[in-house]
Amino acid sequence: MASITLTVNGRARALDVDPAMPLLWALRDTLGLTGTKFGCGMGQCGACTVHLDGEAVRSCSTTVAEAAGRTITTIEGLAPAVGAKLRGAWLAEQVPQCGYCQSGQIMSAAALLAKQPAPLDADIERALSGNLCRCGTYPRIRAAIQRAAKGGAR
Amino acid sequence: MTTPRITRREFLETTALAGAGLAIGVRLADAAPARATAALQADVWLRVGADGLVTVTVARSELGQGVRTALPMLVAEELEADWKDVRIEPAIAAAKYGDMTTGGSMSIRSLWTPLRRAGAAARAMLVGAAAQSWGVERATCRAESGTVVHVPSGRRLAYGALVARAAQLPVPEDPPLKDPKTFRLLGTRVARLDVPAKLDGSAVFGLDVRLPGMLFASVARCPVPGGKAADFDPAPALAVPGVRRVDRCGSGVAVLAENTWAAFKGREALKVSWDEGALATLDSGAIRRAFEEKAKQVGLPARKEGQGAAALAGCARTIEAVYEVPYLAHAALEPVNCTARVTADACEVWAPTQSASDALEWAARTAEMKPEAVTVHTTLVGGGFGRRLMQDYVAQAVMLAKAAGVPVQVVWTREDDTRHDFYRPATYNLLRAGLDANGSPVAWTHRIVGPSILGQLVPEMRGGLDRSSVMGAADLPYAIPNLEVDWVLHDPGVPVGWWRSVGSSQNAFVTECFVDEVAAAGGHDPLAFRRALLRDQPRHLAVLNLAAEKAGWGAPLPPRRGRGLAVHGSFGSFVAMVAEVAVADDGAVKVERVVCAVDCGMVVHPGLVEAQMESAVAFGLSAALHGEITIEQGAVVQSGFDDYPVLRLDEMPAVEVHLAPSGDAVGGIGEPGVPPVAPAVVNAIAAATGKRVRRLPVRAEEVRKG
Repeated sequence: MASITLTVNGRARALDVDPAMPLLWALRDTLGLTGTKFGCGMGQCGACTVHLDGEAVRSCSTTVAEAAGRTITTIEGLAPAVGAKLRGAWLAEQVPQCGYCQSGQIMSAAALLAKQPAPLDADIERALSGNLCRCGTYPRIRAAIQRAAKGGAR
Repeated sequence: MTTPRITRREFLETTALAGAGLAIGVRLADAAPARATAALQADVWLRVGADGLVTVTVARSELGQGVRTALPMLVAEELEADWKDVRIEPAIAAAKYGDMTTGGSMSIRSLWTPLRRAGAAARAMLVGAAAQSWGVERATCRAESGTVVHVPSGRRLAYGALVARAAQLPVPEDPPLKDPKTFRLLGTRVARLDVPAKLDGSAVFGLDVRLPGMLFASVARCPVPGGKAADFDPAPALAVPGVRRVDRCGSGVAVLAENTWAAFKGREALKVSWDEGALATLDSGAIRRAFEEKAKQVGLPARKEGQGAAALAGCARTIEAVYEVPYLAHAALEPVNCTARVTADACEVWAPTQSASDALEWAARTAEMKPEAVTVHTTLVGGGFGRRLMQDYVAQAVMLAKAAGVPVQVVWTREDDTRHDFYRPATYNLLRAGLDANGSPVAWTHRIVGPSILGQLVPEMRGGLDRSSVMGAADLPYAIPNLEVDWVLHDPGVPVGWWRSVGSSQNAFVTECFVDEVAAAGGHDPLAFRRALLRDQPRHLAVLNLAAEKAGWGAPLPPRRGRGLAVHGSFGSFVAMVAEVAVADDGAVKVERVVCAVDCGMVVHPGLVEAQMESAVAFGLSAALHGEITIEQGAVVQSGFDDYPVLRLDEMPAVEVHLAPSGDAVGGIGEPGVPPVAPAVVNAIAAATGKRVRRLPVRAEEVRKG
């Protein structure tokens, strides 16, 4: 084990973990940031999506070593302006059901909007089709992203 | 779960809480006799504080269906509470709460009267308290939005100011309930109470429970159900950094570690030799052949009208078809897990369960403690769909926590979750229909062959007719004079369990597709054919007509596009769907649009009904287009979302929901949307391609051009 420093949500955190440990488990089990979810551990479901230097990545398939020295953002640390816009849209559309996938959905949506402030439906499909929702909130996710892009919560 | 008939006596009691507050308890005694039919025995509390806040204790699990919003709405309506003052508290499971099982689309149905009554009793007491303090006739006072108003003078007192006095009054035994015409909250789209915490990472699911000193556990189990660890070498696992213990855990071996990752690594390193048990040679091909063979036998009668099968002999024409559906996994996104802490005299459990009361029972049995020594916290549940009506994971957590002497969180991998499920039963169905010279159906027979969920769960049910296996088939709504449905039990041994909409999930597909085949054989349009045969079924007919109208039934479509419809009643509600599909030349199916019409009797919250229909479409399509669990050498082949895919965003059709409440008794809503999805889609594929799919999931090679 070696001490590794991760910058998570703007804070430097020193961890004594296996550098091969997936970032997901460092966040959840070592740092207590449980908003990032475990769904499959194989990059198949998107529940563990976080931002690495602003890019949406699957934290289950990113090692702590790969994340070191880069800017990590989790659902808990989403920038207030972006977070408020997305959460407002998610609330207005009453998106979540069980809610387990929604951290990942919102993180993928935030990364999409940062790149494409006015996404087309096809852009949403490309960016979000890796985020499974077993409850089928997909129509509302689409609507919420469009709503957030237009800047209105209501 | 099948639909229980609840007969019970209800009585109210009041309890003065510590501090000023009015608490109303509704206790239900004499609940339905059989646990296996999701019988209800609940204890539900509402508390009005001196601060005016109304706290409703929710004794059902929030699985995404919205119980933590809909149940408090029932209380708030009768209480005339201001919705912004309403809070919820998940019930801590205990014997006093009775059965907290969340299944069978029963939550609203079972608590519709008790919760309204609790609210009404509290309202009557608050009104009485206000009248007393003003010295006026109570008939001159009424409750309104968290206050009591003295109508002649316009004086007002907030509930918070009345609770101390109200708590001294007797609880009315039979408080009058509001006339549904005067509802002002039920039927509206209030914001769900559980949403905000699900948007910022603060919502606590089972896997998010963190306790001081907690270890994380991963359990290696025999790939073949029923198999067990014969021998194992813990040394390689213990050599993994972070691994602290290796323990037997039921039939498996658990690795306990400081974090989940280390537990997984340790479990991979573990060397276990398995005793695979009786199912070691089982495979899907053999299961299918056995079903086919069994279908030659006469089964247990589930329904007979007129002359039944004997009437086929006299028909001008008969048609026959075999329909097959596979085993299905639940594949909730939150893998199965549970957290427990066991001390010398107490056991505490945090479980994403659909039955806190069953979890309590399992925990007590496993810990070898009295139920009173066990506390079960129901966390938010990251998808239930019936899987979490089973409590196997609770036993694992309690067993390991007891042995380790520290809190333990058992975490299943995605592979564990896929390979150690209690699967939706596979079935084989033989159908025959007889038509008269005019092409009208005069006989219908349906033989279902498959395992029995109740037979596996309840030994004394073994061999008897399992009503959950024939639901949606034995209650075929069509007016066909000679009808016979029978059921042949064949259980290959694969563990089976409740899966969203249970028997209707298979039987609606089978019956609604065969209805289309019978219509086609007689030269009838599927809609006109159903209308004629549903003439005495007004609720089926109403949703069928509405869905057809809204979908533009009959309007022309381009080549290789088609519309299909299905209508099905289950769990007290009626749903019709029209699916519009496009089938590519290579057989790829794209479902473009699904129009739903729903009669759930009364609508508590239209937004929740719409959400459950959208959810049902996604769940039903996952099964119809992708879902199949297969068995090789006794083990489940599939392991995750790569080989057991579920619907993705780019596959989701447009869903339109039209509510057509009949005003009849309130019906369920979590499950009734699932059954019509597959038959509507498969009927649409037949309309688009002329090819009839009789085996799910839909296979591209069966529907491609040529």
